[in-house]
Amino acid sequence: MKKLEVSAIEEGTVIDQIANKSTFKVANILNIQNIEQVVLIGFNLSSKKLGKKGIIKIGGKLLTQEEVNKISLIAPDATVNIIKDSEVVKKFTVDIPDSIEEFMKCFNPNCVSNHQKILSRFHVIHKNPIRIRCHYCERHMGVDDIELV
Amino acid sequence: MISLKDKDIISISDFTKEEILYVLEMSGKMEKEYCPDILRGKILANLFFEPSTRTRLSFETAMKRLGGQVIGFDELGTTSTVKGESLRDSVKIIEGYCDIIVLRHFLEGASRLTADSVDIPVVNAGDGASQHPTQTFVDLYTIKKAKSDIENLSIGFLGDLKYGRTAHSLAYALAHFNADMYFISPPSLRMPKDYMEELEIRNVSYQEVETISEVSDNLDILYCTRIQKERFAEPVEYEKVKGLYKLSKSVMDELKVKDDLKILHPLPRVDEMDESLDTTEYAMYFQQAYSGIPVREALLASVLGVIQ
Repeated sequence: MKKLEVSAIEEGTVIDQIANKSTFKVANILNIQNIEQVVLIGFNLSSKKLGKKGIIKIGGKLLTQEEVNKISLIAPDATVNIIKDSEVVKKFTVDIPDSIEEFMKCFNPNCVSNHQKILSRFHVIHKNPIRIRCHYCERHMGVDDIELV
Repeated sequence: MISLKDKDIISISDFTKEEILYVLEMSGKMEKEYCPDILRGKILANLFFEPSTRTRLSFETAMKRLGGQVIGFDELGTTSTVKGESLRDSVKIIEGYCDIIVLRHFLEGASRLTADSVDIPVVNAGDGASQHPTQTFVDLYTIKKAKSDIENLSIGFLGDLKYGRTAHSLAYALAHFNADMYFISPPSLRMPKDYMEELEIRNVSYQEVETISEVSDNLDILYCTRIQKERFAEPVEYEKVKGLYKLSKSVMDELKVKDDLKILHPLPRVDEMDESLDTTEYAMYFQQAYSGIPVREALLASVLGVIQ
């Protein structure tokens, strides 16, 4: 039997195949410092697909759609496993949405969305590698330019 | 049938090839025909949050030549913005006073925000270092007049390709017309990655070089831009590149160029084009400036739905 590098959980969510460098960003999205149940984080784990990967296991939590959308932008290969009674009852890969509102900040300091009280808006123009266009200033952003709010 | 009625003019990327050709055709008609009454009773609001005499006057002239009236401001100090009013509130109120808004703003994307906020047509007259689509229509119209056709041309873009929004928009538009593009600039003022990506996605052939002599003999059109001091955050960076390219009659005599090469420039110029060029057969930039009127007449009349 394969030895687990990060212990299993009985109930909750496992986010696997996180791009290694995005592991702690995903942890921030999930606001783990305020979760009272078990949280296990693995980092620098070996992955056939990614080389190195991160994994986060959270007891008793189901992700919201907004959390899934945010994760998809910084860890587009991530898989989400829903665990019940120590079994995987549902597994899916995150899907990058076609458009993004509110939870991202335009990286262009001169963009109107950073100066007026408006919701930021973006269009995903390419999913792999991810390229996002600001609805307002039309600047393009890649994965390293993404700043979630 | 193509109709631009009620269309916002925010970014050249919002226009199809057919719509661009339609605007050029209508511009030709407006240049030939005088239509002093077609916009009678219509009011244009020129909202210039950033100064620009030429663009503001050209919209005002175009509107008045078609019988319309113009209201507006050209400095931030006289607006409610200084009292803290949001752009959205300002334009929603002004929408009630006019039939069309022409906006210039120092923030990128301000025109798109305005268009999203009001129901009347909005024309972007330049927002920050972003888009300036009406200038692009002027540039395309000038190229069409110079070469009869805008398909399959070799175009050199010279100077500040990083901050030069007119160069960005023109390159984007020319991608519809199978152009070969040559980007001539110092490394620090290269065309931004975004635009190169767009060109690559659209299979446009382009080459980046640092000196004009490397590509001059290929060119049908040379599009010069001013190195814009006001766009540099650090004065020392401006000092490194100012005056890097200086075209003059004697420079052109030494370069290997096609006899029918035409030079365009959105003006104003600083020192990148010497006045000795003005009387040569290459110079098209004053005709280009004059084309601003018929092109803007065509755009205003089209989006206000009085020409089809």
